[in-house]
Amino acid sequence: MAGIDETIAGPGLGSRALTMLARWALVIALVIAWELTTRARVFTPFMLPSPERVLARIWDDGQAGDLFINIGLTLYRALTGFFIAATLGLLIGVAIARGGALGWFFDPVVSVGFPMPKITFLPVIVLWLGLYDTAKISMVVFDAVFPVITGTVLGIKSVEKELIWSARSLGSRERDIWPRIVLPAAMPQIFTGLQVSLPIAMIVAVVAEMLMGGYGMGGAMVQASRMADSPGIFAGIVEIAVVGWFLVKGMATLRRRLLAWHPEAETPTGV
Amino acid sequence: MTKNPLVQGAVRYLPLLFLALVWEAASRFELVSSSALPSLTKIAAAWWDLAKSGDLLDNGASSLWRLGAGLAIAVVVGAALGIGMAWWRPLDMALGPLVEMFYPLPKSALIPVTALWLGFGDGSKILLIAMGCVLPVAIGAYNGARSSDKALVWSARSLGASRLRVLRDVVAPSALPETLSGIRTALAISFVLLVASELIVARSGLGYLIGFLGSNGTYDSMFAVVLTVAGMGFVADRLYLLVMRRALAWRE
Repeated sequence: MAGIDETIAGPGLGSRALTMLARWALVIALVIAWELTTRARVFTPFMLPSPERVLARIWDDGQAGDLFINIGLTLYRALTGFFIAATLGLLIGVAIARGGALGWFFDPVVSVGFPMPKITFLPVIVLWLGLYDTAKISMVVFDAVFPVITGTVLGIKSVEKELIWSARSLGSRERDIWPRIVLPAAMPQIFTGLQVSLPIAMIVAVVAEMLMGGYGMGGAMVQASRMADSPGIFAGIVEIAVVGWFLVKGMATLRRRLLAWHPEAETPTGV
Repeated sequence: MTKNPLVQGAVRYLPLLFLALVWEAASRFELVSSSALPSLTKIAAAWWDLAKSGDLLDNGASSLWRLGAGLAIAVVVGAALGIGMAWWRPLDMALGPLVEMFYPLPKSALIPVTALWLGFGDGSKILLIAMGCVLPVAIGAYNGARSSDKALVWSARSLGASRLRVLRDVVAPSALPETLSGIRTALAISFVLLVASELIVARSGLGYLIGFLGSNGTYDSMFAVVLTVAGMGFVADRLYLLVMRRALAWRE
Protein backbone atom coordinates (compact mmCIF):
# COMPACT_ATOMS: atom_id res chain seq x y z
CA MET A 1 0.00 0.00 0.00
CA ALA A 2 3.03 2.21 -0.01
CA GLY A 3 2.50 2.68 -3.74
CA ILE A 4 0.62 5.92 -3.32
CA ASP A 5 3.33 7.69 -1.36
CA GLU A 6 6.00 6.53 -3.75
CA THR A 7 4.27 7.92 -6.80
CA ILE A 8 3.71 11.28 -5.18
CA ALA A 9 7.03 11.71 -3.44
CA GLY A 10 9.22 10.02 -6.04
CA PRO A 11 11.48 8.05 -3.71
CA GLY A 12 15.24 8.27 -3.71
CA LEU A 13 17.31 5.13 -3.64
CA GLY A 14 17.71 5.30 0.13
CA SER A 15 14.04 5.48 0.96
CA ARG A 16 13.30 2.66 -1.46
CA ALA A 17 15.88 0.46 0.28
CA LEU A 18 14.31 1.43 3.58
CA THR A 19 10.84 0.39 2.42
CA MET A 20 12.24 -2.92 1.20
CA LEU A 21 13.86 -3.45 4.57
CA ALA A 22 10.66 -2.58 6.44
CA ARG A 23 8.77 -5.06 4.30
CA TRP A 24 11.20 -7.90 4.92
CA ALA A 25 11.28 -7.02 8.61
CA LEU A 26 7.54 -7.50 8.68
CA VAL A 27 7.67 -10.86 6.94
CA ILE A 28 10.35 -12.01 9.37
CA ALA A 29 8.35 -10.69 12.32
CA LEU A 30 5.33 -12.59 11.08
CA VAL A 31 7.29 -15.84 10.84
CA ILE A 32 8.72 -15.29 14.32
CA ALA A 33 5.23 -14.65 15.71
CA TRP A 34 4.04 -17.84 14.00
CA GLU A 35 6.98 -19.78 15.53
CA LEU A 36 6.28 -18.36 18.99
CA THR A 37 2.56 -19.24 18.85
CA THR A 38 3.41 -22.81 17.95
CA ARG A 39 6.12 -22.97 20.66
CA ALA A 40 3.66 -21.64 23.24
CA ARG A 41 1.14 -24.24 22.06
CA VAL A 42 -1.60 -21.69 21.56
CA PHE A 43 -2.93 -24.06 18.92
CA THR A 44 -2.25 -27.76 18.54
CA PRO A 45 0.50 -28.62 16.03
CA PHE A 46 -2.27 -30.12 13.92
CA MET A 47 -4.17 -26.84 13.71
CA LEU A 48 -1.04 -24.76 13.10
CA PRO A 49 2.20 -26.62 12.37
CA SER A 50 5.40 -24.75 13.11
CA PRO A 51 7.13 -22.79 10.31
CA GLU A 52 10.13 -25.09 10.27
CA ARG A 53 7.93 -28.14 9.77
CA VAL A 54 6.16 -26.39 6.91
CA LEU A 55 9.46 -25.27 5.38
CA ALA A 56 10.90 -28.74 5.81
CA ARG A 57 7.86 -30.08 4.03
CA ILE A 58 8.34 -27.66 1.13
CA TRP A 59 12.02 -28.63 1.00
CA ASP A 60 11.15 -32.35 0.91
CA ASP A 61 8.62 -31.77 -1.87
CA GLY A 62 11.30 -29.84 -3.73
CA GLN A 63 13.81 -32.68 -3.33
CA ALA A 64 11.27 -35.23 -4.49
CA GLY A 65 10.45 -33.04 -7.47
CA ASP A 66 6.71 -32.96 -6.67
CA LEU A 67 6.90 -29.27 -5.87
CA PHE A 68 8.02 -28.31 -9.36
CA ILE A 69 5.61 -30.68 -11.10
CA ASN A 70 2.69 -29.27 -9.11
CA ILE A 71 3.65 -25.62 -9.54
CA GLY A 72 4.41 -26.19 -13.22
CA LEU A 73 1.10 -27.89 -13.91
CA THR A 74 -0.97 -25.29 -12.09
CA LEU A 75 0.87 -22.47 -13.81
CA TYR A 76 0.49 -24.21 -17.18
CA ARG A 77 -3.29 -24.49 -16.70
CA ALA A 78 -3.76 -21.01 -15.28
CA LEU A 79 -1.56 -19.28 -17.86
CA THR A 80 -2.83 -21.20 -20.89
CA GLY A 81 -6.36 -20.38 -19.80
CA PHE A 82 -5.37 -16.79 -19.18
CA PHE A 83 -3.83 -16.33 -22.64
CA ILE A 84 -6.82 -17.87 -24.37
CA ALA A 85 -9.13 -15.70 -22.24
CA ALA A 86 -7.07 -12.60 -23.05
CA THR A 87 -7.24 -13.23 -26.80
CA LEU A 88 -10.93 -14.12 -26.79
CA GLY A 89 -11.77 -11.27 -24.42
CA LEU A 90 -9.99 -8.74 -26.59
CA LEU A 91 -11.76 -9.94 -29.75
CA ILE A 92 -15.21 -10.04 -28.12
CA GLY A 93 -14.61 -6.69 -26.44
CA VAL A 94 -13.69 -5.06 -29.75
CA ALA A 95 -16.76 -6.66 -31.37
CA ILE A 96 -19.04 -5.25 -28.66
CA ALA A 97 -17.45 -1.80 -28.77
CA ARG A 98 -17.79 -1.64 -32.57
CA GLY A 99 -21.47 -2.62 -32.45
CA GLY A 100 -22.59 -4.71 -35.42
CA ALA A 101 -24.22 -8.12 -35.34
CA LEU A 102 -21.53 -9.87 -33.28
CA GLY A 103 -21.48 -7.05 -30.77
CA TRP A 104 -25.27 -7.13 -30.54
CA PHE A 105 -25.13 -10.86 -29.81
CA PHE A 106 -22.39 -10.75 -27.19
CA ASP A 107 -23.43 -7.61 -25.30
CA PRO A 108 -26.33 -9.10 -23.27
CA VAL A 109 -24.55 -12.43 -22.87
CA VAL A 110 -21.63 -10.64 -21.25
CA SER A 111 -23.72 -8.33 -19.10
CA VAL A 112 -25.66 -11.29 -17.70
CA GLY A 113 -22.67 -13.61 -17.57
CA PHE A 114 -20.22 -11.29 -15.82
CA PRO A 115 -21.94 -11.11 -12.41
CA MET A 116 -22.74 -14.84 -12.38
CA PRO A 117 -20.55 -17.11 -10.26
CA LYS A 118 -19.14 -19.08 -13.22
CA ILE A 119 -17.53 -21.59 -10.90
CA THR A 120 -21.01 -23.09 -10.38
CA PHE A 121 -20.76 -24.50 -13.89
CA LEU A 122 -17.73 -26.57 -12.92
CA PRO A 123 -19.75 -29.81 -12.53
CA VAL A 124 -21.26 -29.15 -15.95
CA ILE A 125 -17.79 -28.75 -17.46
CA VAL A 126 -16.76 -32.01 -15.78
CA LEU A 127 -19.82 -33.69 -17.30
CA TRP A 128 -18.94 -32.43 -20.77
CA LEU A 129 -15.16 -32.47 -20.85
CA GLY A 130 -14.08 -34.89 -18.14
CA LEU A 131 -11.43 -34.36 -15.50
CA TYR A 132 -8.26 -33.57 -17.42
CA ASP A 133 -6.49 -30.48 -18.69
CA THR A 134 -9.11 -29.57 -21.31
CA ALA A 135 -11.78 -29.33 -18.64
CA LYS A 136 -9.59 -27.41 -16.19
CA ILE A 137 -8.34 -24.95 -18.79
CA SER A 138 -11.85 -24.44 -20.20
CA MET A 139 -13.09 -23.56 -16.72
CA VAL A 140 -10.25 -21.03 -16.35
CA VAL A 141 -11.08 -19.46 -19.73
CA PHE A 142 -14.79 -19.28 -18.96
CA ASP A 143 -14.10 -17.40 -15.73
CA ALA A 144 -11.16 -15.23 -16.76
CA VAL A 145 -12.57 -13.95 -20.07
CA PHE A 146 -15.17 -11.57 -18.62
CA PRO A 147 -12.92 -8.94 -16.99
CA VAL A 148 -10.92 -8.69 -20.23
CA ILE A 149 -14.10 -8.13 -22.25
CA THR A 150 -15.44 -5.41 -19.98
CA GLY A 151 -12.01 -3.78 -19.68
CA THR A 152 -11.70 -3.68 -23.47
CA VAL A 153 -15.20 -2.30 -24.03
CA LEU A 154 -14.71 0.34 -21.33
CA GLY A 155 -11.29 1.29 -22.67
CA ILE A 156 -12.44 1.67 -26.25
CA LYS A 157 -15.57 3.59 -25.34
CA SER A 158 -13.59 6.10 -23.29
CA VAL A 159 -11.12 6.92 -26.08
CA GLU A 160 -11.48 10.61 -26.76
CA LYS A 161 -13.18 11.43 -30.04
CA GLU A 162 -10.77 14.32 -30.61
CA LEU A 163 -7.92 11.84 -30.83
CA ILE A 164 -9.61 10.00 -33.69
CA TRP A 165 -10.68 13.21 -35.39
CA SER A 166 -7.21 14.68 -35.31
CA ALA A 167 -5.73 11.43 -36.64
CA ARG A 168 -8.23 11.58 -39.50
CA SER A 169 -7.61 15.22 -40.22
CA LEU A 170 -3.87 14.57 -40.23
CA GLY A 171 -4.51 12.05 -42.98
CA SER A 172 -4.52 8.63 -41.25
CA ARG A 173 -6.01 5.91 -43.36
CA GLU A 174 -9.27 4.52 -42.01
CA ARG A 175 -7.85 1.01 -41.57
CA ASP A 176 -4.99 2.37 -39.47
CA ILE A 177 -7.24 4.11 -36.97
CA TRP A 178 -8.15 0.99 -34.98
CA PRO A 179 -4.78 -0.69 -34.60
CA ARG A 180 -2.75 2.51 -34.27
CA ILE A 181 -4.99 4.98 -32.45
CA VAL A 182 -7.97 3.37 -30.70
CA LEU A 183 -6.36 0.23 -29.28
CA PRO A 184 -3.21 1.93 -27.93
CA ALA A 185 -5.35 4.65 -26.34
CA ALA A 186 -7.57 1.99 -24.74
CA MET A 187 -4.55 -0.01 -23.54
CA PRO A 188 -4.51 1.08 -19.86
CA GLN A 189 -8.05 -0.15 -19.24
CA ILE A 190 -7.50 -3.31 -21.27
CA PHE A 191 -4.46 -3.96 -19.13
CA THR A 192 -6.47 -3.36 -15.96
CA GLY A 193 -8.91 -6.00 -17.23
CA LEU A 194 -5.99 -8.39 -17.70
CA GLN A 195 -4.72 -7.61 -14.23
CA VAL A 196 -8.11 -8.53 -12.76
CA SER A 197 -8.30 -11.62 -14.92
CA LEU A 198 -4.94 -13.21 -14.04
CA PRO A 199 -5.65 -13.73 -10.30
CA ILE A 200 -9.06 -15.12 -11.24
CA ALA A 201 -7.31 -17.58 -13.55
CA MET A 202 -5.14 -18.70 -10.60
CA ILE A 203 -8.10 -18.99 -8.21
CA VAL A 204 -10.10 -21.04 -10.69
CA ALA A 205 -7.18 -23.27 -11.67
CA VAL A 206 -6.64 -24.11 -7.99
CA VAL A 207 -10.36 -24.77 -7.36
CA ALA A 208 -10.63 -26.90 -10.50
CA GLU A 209 -7.65 -28.95 -9.35
CA MET A 210 -9.12 -29.32 -5.89
CA LEU A 211 -12.35 -30.61 -7.34
CA MET A 212 -11.04 -32.76 -10.16
CA GLY A 213 -7.97 -34.11 -8.38
CA GLY A 214 -4.74 -35.20 -10.04
CA TYR A 215 -1.42 -33.34 -9.91
CA GLY A 216 -1.22 -29.59 -9.42
CA MET A 217 -1.10 -27.38 -6.33
CA GLY A 218 -4.84 -27.61 -5.70
CA GLY A 219 -4.83 -31.37 -6.11
CA ALA A 220 -1.90 -31.70 -3.73
CA MET A 221 -3.69 -29.60 -1.09
CA VAL A 222 -6.87 -31.65 -1.29
CA GLN A 223 -4.81 -34.82 -1.07
CA ALA A 224 -3.10 -33.45 2.06
CA SER A 225 -6.48 -32.47 3.46
CA ARG A 226 -7.85 -36.00 2.97
CA MET A 227 -4.81 -37.45 4.73
CA ALA A 228 -5.26 -34.96 7.59
CA ASP A 229 -1.69 -33.90 6.73
CA SER A 230 -1.67 -30.37 8.08
CA PRO A 231 1.97 -29.46 7.22
CA GLY A 232 1.08 -30.40 3.65
CA ILE A 233 -1.88 -28.02 3.66
CA PHE A 234 0.15 -25.12 5.02
CA ALA A 235 3.00 -25.86 2.62
CA GLY A 236 0.42 -25.60 -0.16
CA ILE A 237 -0.79 -22.22 1.08
CA VAL A 238 2.75 -20.84 1.26
CA GLU A 239 3.56 -22.13 -2.24
CA ILE A 240 0.36 -20.78 -3.78
CA ALA A 241 0.81 -17.44 -2.00
CA VAL A 242 4.36 -17.06 -3.36
CA VAL A 243 3.33 -17.99 -6.91
CA GLY A 244 0.31 -15.65 -6.75
CA TRP A 245 2.48 -12.82 -5.46
CA PHE A 246 4.99 -13.18 -8.29
CA LEU A 247 2.23 -13.26 -10.90
CA VAL A 248 0.55 -10.11 -9.58
CA LYS A 249 3.86 -8.23 -9.22
CA GLY A 250 4.96 -9.42 -12.64
CA MET A 251 1.83 -7.99 -14.22
CA ALA A 252 2.35 -4.65 -12.45
CA THR A 253 5.96 -4.49 -13.71
CA LEU A 254 4.86 -5.41 -17.22
CA ARG A 255 2.28 -2.65 -17.10
CA ARG A 256 4.88 -0.07 -16.09
CA ARG A 257 7.16 -1.20 -18.92
CA LEU A 258 4.55 -1.45 -21.65
CA LEU A 259 2.64 1.67 -20.70
CA ALA A 260 5.64 3.80 -19.80
CA TRP A 261 4.48 6.29 -22.45
CA HIS A 262 1.07 6.63 -20.83
CA PRO A 263 0.14 8.66 -17.70
CA GLU A 264 -1.77 5.64 -16.37
CA ALA A 265 1.27 3.38 -16.26
CA GLU A 266 0.88 2.80 -12.49
CA THR A 267 -1.41 -0.05 -11.50
CA PRO A 268 -4.64 1.35 -10.06
CA THR A 269 -4.80 0.32 -6.40
CA GLY A 270 -7.29 -2.40 -5.72
CA VAL A 271 -6.40 -4.48 -8.73
CA MET B 1 -34.40 3.52 -34.40
CA THR B 2 -37.31 3.56 -31.99
CA LYS B 3 -36.92 5.44 -28.75
CA ASN B 4 -39.27 3.24 -26.73
CA PRO B 5 -37.12 1.84 -23.87
CA LEU B 6 -39.19 -1.38 -23.73
CA VAL B 7 -38.53 -2.11 -27.39
CA GLN B 8 -34.88 -1.22 -26.98
CA GLY B 9 -34.59 -3.54 -23.99
CA ALA B 10 -36.27 -6.34 -25.92
CA VAL B 11 -33.91 -5.87 -28.85
CA ARG B 12 -30.94 -5.79 -26.54
CA TYR B 13 -31.82 -9.02 -24.75
CA LEU B 14 -33.07 -10.88 -27.82
CA PRO B 15 -29.80 -12.85 -28.13
CA LEU B 16 -30.47 -14.48 -24.75
CA LEU B 17 -33.88 -15.68 -25.92
CA PHE B 18 -32.21 -16.95 -29.07
CA LEU B 19 -29.65 -18.88 -27.02
CA ALA B 20 -32.40 -20.40 -24.88
CA LEU B 21 -34.25 -21.54 -28.02
CA VAL B 22 -31.09 -23.09 -29.47
CA TRP B 23 -30.52 -24.88 -26.15
CA GLU B 24 -34.06 -26.24 -26.09
CA ALA B 25 -33.93 -27.33 -29.74
CA ALA B 26 -30.48 -28.92 -29.47
CA SER B 27 -31.67 -31.05 -26.60
CA ARG B 28 -35.15 -31.85 -27.97
CA PHE B 29 -33.87 -33.02 -31.32
CA GLU B 30 -30.94 -34.86 -29.71
CA LEU B 31 -28.34 -32.80 -31.55
CA VAL B 32 -26.40 -33.26 -28.35
CA SER B 33 -26.99 -36.02 -25.84
CA SER B 34 -29.98 -34.95 -23.75
CA SER B 35 -28.35 -36.27 -20.57
CA ALA B 36 -25.35 -33.99 -21.15
CA LEU B 37 -27.65 -31.07 -21.90
CA PRO B 38 -31.20 -31.58 -20.63
CA SER B 39 -33.79 -29.37 -22.27
CA LEU B 40 -34.82 -26.20 -20.46
CA THR B 41 -38.38 -27.47 -19.98
CA LYS B 42 -37.08 -30.62 -18.28
CA ILE B 43 -34.80 -28.50 -16.10
CA ALA B 44 -37.73 -26.29 -15.12
CA ALA B 45 -39.77 -29.38 -14.16
CA ALA B 46 -36.85 -30.72 -12.12
CA TRP B 47 -36.49 -27.33 -10.43
CA TRP B 48 -40.15 -27.39 -9.45
CA ASP B 49 -39.79 -30.90 -7.95
CA LEU B 50 -36.72 -29.80 -5.97
CA ALA B 51 -38.57 -26.73 -4.73
CA LYS B 52 -41.60 -28.81 -3.67
CA SER B 53 -39.51 -31.39 -1.83
CA GLY B 54 -37.86 -28.62 0.19
CA ASP B 55 -34.32 -29.61 -0.87
CA LEU B 56 -33.80 -26.34 -2.66
CA LEU B 57 -35.08 -24.26 0.24
CA ASP B 58 -33.15 -26.07 3.00
CA ASN B 59 -29.84 -26.04 1.17
CA GLY B 60 -30.47 -22.55 -0.15
CA ALA B 61 -31.07 -21.29 3.37
CA SER B 62 -27.83 -22.74 4.70
CA SER B 63 -25.89 -21.32 1.72
CA LEU B 64 -27.43 -17.87 2.20
CA TRP B 65 -26.66 -17.92 5.91
CA ARG B 66 -22.99 -18.71 5.24
CA LEU B 67 -22.80 -16.05 2.57
CA GLY B 68 -24.52 -13.39 4.69
CA ALA B 69 -22.57 -14.03 7.87
CA GLY B 70 -19.21 -14.21 6.09
CA LEU B 71 -19.85 -11.05 4.11
CA ALA B 72 -21.13 -9.16 7.15
CA ILE B 73 -17.93 -9.93 9.06
CA ALA B 74 -15.80 -8.99 6.05
CA VAL B 75 -17.61 -5.67 5.56
CA VAL B 76 -17.41 -4.61 9.21
CA VAL B 77 -13.80 -5.66 9.72
CA GLY B 78 -12.68 -4.52 6.27
CA ALA B 79 -14.23 -1.06 6.48
CA ALA B 80 -12.86 -0.49 9.98
CA LEU B 81 -9.43 -1.70 8.88
CA GLY B 82 -9.32 0.40 5.72
CA ILE B 83 -10.52 3.62 7.31
CA GLY B 84 -8.30 3.01 10.34
CA MET B 85 -5.25 2.54 8.14
CA ALA B 86 -6.00 5.71 6.21
CA TRP B 87 -6.64 7.66 9.41
CA TRP B 88 -3.80 6.51 11.62
CA ARG B 89 -0.38 6.22 10.02
CA PRO B 90 1.23 3.72 12.41
CA LEU B 91 -1.55 1.26 11.64
CA ASP B 92 -0.89 1.77 7.93
CA MET B 93 2.82 1.14 8.38
CA ALA B 94 2.15 -1.99 10.42
CA LEU B 95 -0.57 -3.54 8.29
CA GLY B 96 0.06 -2.09 4.83
CA PRO B 97 2.79 -4.57 3.84
CA LEU B 98 0.70 -7.41 5.26
CA VAL B 99 -2.27 -6.41 3.14
CA GLU B 100 -0.03 -6.14 0.12
CA MET B 101 1.42 -9.57 0.82
CA PHE B 102 -1.87 -11.39 1.27
CA TYR B 103 -3.94 -9.59 -1.35
CA PRO B 104 -2.54 -11.58 -4.32
CA LEU B 105 -3.10 -14.93 -2.55
CA PRO B 106 -5.52 -16.96 -4.66
CA LYS B 107 -8.30 -17.12 -2.08
CA SER B 108 -9.35 -20.64 -2.95
CA ALA B 109 -6.15 -21.93 -1.35
CA LEU B 110 -7.77 -21.17 2.02
CA ILE B 111 -10.50 -23.80 1.56
CA PRO B 112 -8.54 -26.75 3.00
CA VAL B 113 -7.20 -24.66 5.89
CA THR B 114 -10.58 -23.43 7.07
CA ALA B 115 -11.89 -27.00 6.78
CA LEU B 116 -8.93 -28.16 8.87
CA TRP B 117 -9.67 -25.55 11.53
CA LEU B 118 -13.43 -25.64 11.73
CA GLY B 119 -14.57 -28.84 10.04
CA PHE B 120 -17.16 -29.35 7.34
CA GLY B 121 -19.97 -27.23 8.78
CA ASP B 122 -21.10 -23.61 8.58
CA GLY B 123 -18.17 -22.22 10.58
CA SER B 124 -15.49 -23.10 8.05
CA LYS B 125 -17.43 -21.51 5.16
CA ILE B 126 -18.19 -18.35 7.13
CA LEU B 127 -14.52 -18.02 8.08
CA LEU B 128 -13.45 -18.68 4.49
CA ILE B 129 -15.77 -16.04 3.05
CA ALA B 130 -14.83 -13.54 5.76
CA MET B 131 -11.09 -14.08 5.14
CA GLY B 132 -11.45 -14.00 1.37
CA CYS B 133 -13.59 -10.86 1.27
CA VAL B 134 -12.04 -8.68 3.95
CA LEU B 135 -9.16 -7.35 1.85
CA PRO B 136 -11.14 -6.01 -1.14
CA VAL B 137 -13.38 -4.12 1.30
CA ALA B 138 -10.39 -2.84 3.27
CA ILE B 139 -8.59 -1.65 0.14
CA GLY B 140 -11.71 0.13 -1.11
CA ALA B 141 -12.24 1.86 2.23
CA TYR B 142 -8.55 2.76 2.44
CA ASN B 143 -8.43 4.34 -1.02
CA GLY B 144 -11.70 6.14 -0.41
CA ALA B 145 -10.70 7.52 2.98
CA ARG B 146 -7.31 8.64 1.68
CA SER B 147 -8.89 10.48 -1.20
CA SER B 148 -11.11 12.51 1.13
CA ASP B 149 -10.71 16.18 0.36
CA LYS B 150 -7.94 17.60 2.56
CA ALA B 151 -9.55 21.05 2.44
CA LEU B 152 -12.76 19.60 3.89
CA VAL B 153 -10.87 17.90 6.71
CA TRP B 154 -8.92 21.09 7.50
CA SER B 155 -11.95 23.34 7.47
CA ALA B 156 -13.90 20.96 9.70
CA ARG B 157 -10.93 20.89 12.10
CA SER B 158 -10.53 24.66 12.08
CA LEU B 159 -14.24 25.07 12.75
CA GLY B 160 -13.64 23.12 15.95
CA ALA B 161 -14.69 19.57 15.07
CA SER B 162 -12.93 16.91 17.09
CA ARG B 163 -10.85 14.27 15.29
CA LEU B 164 -13.57 11.67 15.87
CA ARG B 165 -16.24 14.01 14.57
CA VAL B 166 -14.19 14.59 11.40
CA LEU B 167 -13.78 10.84 11.04
CA ARG B 168 -17.52 10.32 11.29
CA ASP B 169 -18.79 13.30 9.29
CA VAL B 170 -16.08 13.89 6.69
CA VAL B 171 -13.77 10.91 6.21
CA ALA B 172 -16.32 8.09 6.46
CA PRO B 173 -18.79 9.60 3.96
CA SER B 174 -16.06 10.33 1.45
CA ALA B 175 -14.78 6.77 1.83
CA LEU B 176 -18.26 5.44 1.07
CA PRO B 177 -18.20 5.22 -2.75
CA GLU B 178 -14.98 3.22 -2.98
CA THR B 179 -15.90 1.11 0.03
CA LEU B 180 -19.16 0.24 -1.68
CA SER B 181 -17.40 -0.80 -4.88
CA GLY B 182 -14.95 -2.84 -2.79
CA ILE B 183 -17.97 -4.60 -1.28
CA ARG B 184 -19.23 -5.33 -4.78
CA THR B 185 -15.98 -7.13 -5.57
CA ALA B 186 -16.31 -8.95 -2.25
CA LEU B 187 -19.84 -10.03 -3.16
CA ALA B 188 -18.56 -11.66 -6.34
CA ILE B 189 -15.70 -13.38 -4.49
CA SER B 190 -18.06 -14.60 -1.77
CA PHE B 191 -20.19 -16.54 -4.26
CA VAL B 192 -17.11 -18.16 -5.79
CA LEU B 193 -15.76 -19.21 -2.40
CA LEU B 194 -19.16 -20.39 -1.18
CA VAL B 195 -19.85 -22.62 -4.16
CA ALA B 196 -16.27 -23.90 -4.39
CA SER B 197 -16.09 -24.81 -0.71
CA GLU B 198 -19.53 -26.42 -0.73
CA LEU B 199 -18.60 -28.48 -3.76
CA ILE B 200 -15.37 -29.63 -2.15
CA VAL B 201 -16.11 -30.00 1.58
CA ALA B 202 -19.71 -29.80 2.79
CA ARG B 203 -22.76 -31.79 3.83
CA SER B 204 -25.36 -29.15 3.02
CA GLY B 205 -25.76 -26.07 0.85
CA LEU B 206 -26.49 -25.52 -2.81
CA GLY B 207 -22.94 -26.41 -3.89
CA TYR B 208 -23.23 -29.69 -2.02
CA LEU B 209 -26.61 -30.32 -3.66
CA ILE B 210 -25.07 -29.78 -7.11
CA GLY B 211 -22.29 -32.27 -6.37
CA PHE B 212 -24.75 -34.77 -4.90
CA LEU B 213 -27.15 -34.60 -7.85
CA GLY B 214 -24.25 -34.77 -10.31
CA SER B 215 -22.81 -37.93 -8.79
CA ASN B 216 -26.33 -39.41 -8.76
CA GLY B 217 -26.55 -38.81 -12.48
CA THR B 218 -29.77 -36.78 -12.22
CA TYR B 219 -28.43 -34.13 -14.55
CA ASP B 220 -31.66 -32.22 -15.13
CA SER B 221 -31.88 -31.53 -11.38
CA MET B 222 -28.18 -30.67 -11.28
CA PHE B 223 -28.64 -28.13 -14.08
CA ALA B 224 -31.63 -26.71 -12.21
CA VAL B 225 -29.50 -26.00 -9.12
CA VAL B 226 -26.55 -24.73 -11.20
CA LEU B 227 -28.79 -22.23 -12.95
CA THR B 228 -30.39 -21.27 -9.63
CA VAL B 229 -27.03 -20.41 -8.08
CA ALA B 230 -25.90 -18.55 -11.21
CA GLY B 231 -29.18 -16.62 -11.14
CA MET B 232 -28.75 -15.84 -7.45
CA GLY B 233 -25.30 -14.41 -8.10
CA PHE B 234 -26.64 -12.27 -10.91
CA VAL B 235 -29.65 -11.01 -8.93
CA ALA B 236 -27.49 -10.29 -5.87
CA ASP B 237 -25.15 -8.15 -7.97
CA ARG B 238 -27.98 -6.21 -9.61
CA LEU B 239 -29.78 -5.63 -6.29
CA TYR B 240 -26.52 -4.47 -4.78
CA LEU B 241 -26.02 -2.02 -7.65
CA LEU B 242 -29.47 -0.56 -6.97
CA VAL B 243 -28.71 -0.17 -3.26
CA MET B 244 -25.34 1.36 -4.09
CA ARG B 245 -26.88 3.97 -6.41
CA ARG B 246 -29.46 4.80 -3.73
CA ALA B 247 -26.76 5.15 -1.08
CA LEU B 248 -24.70 7.44 -3.28
CA ALA B 249 -27.59 9.56 -4.55
CA TRP B 250 -26.54 12.46 -2.27
CA ARG B 251 -23.34 12.93 -4.24
CA GLU B 252 -25.11 14.20 -7.35
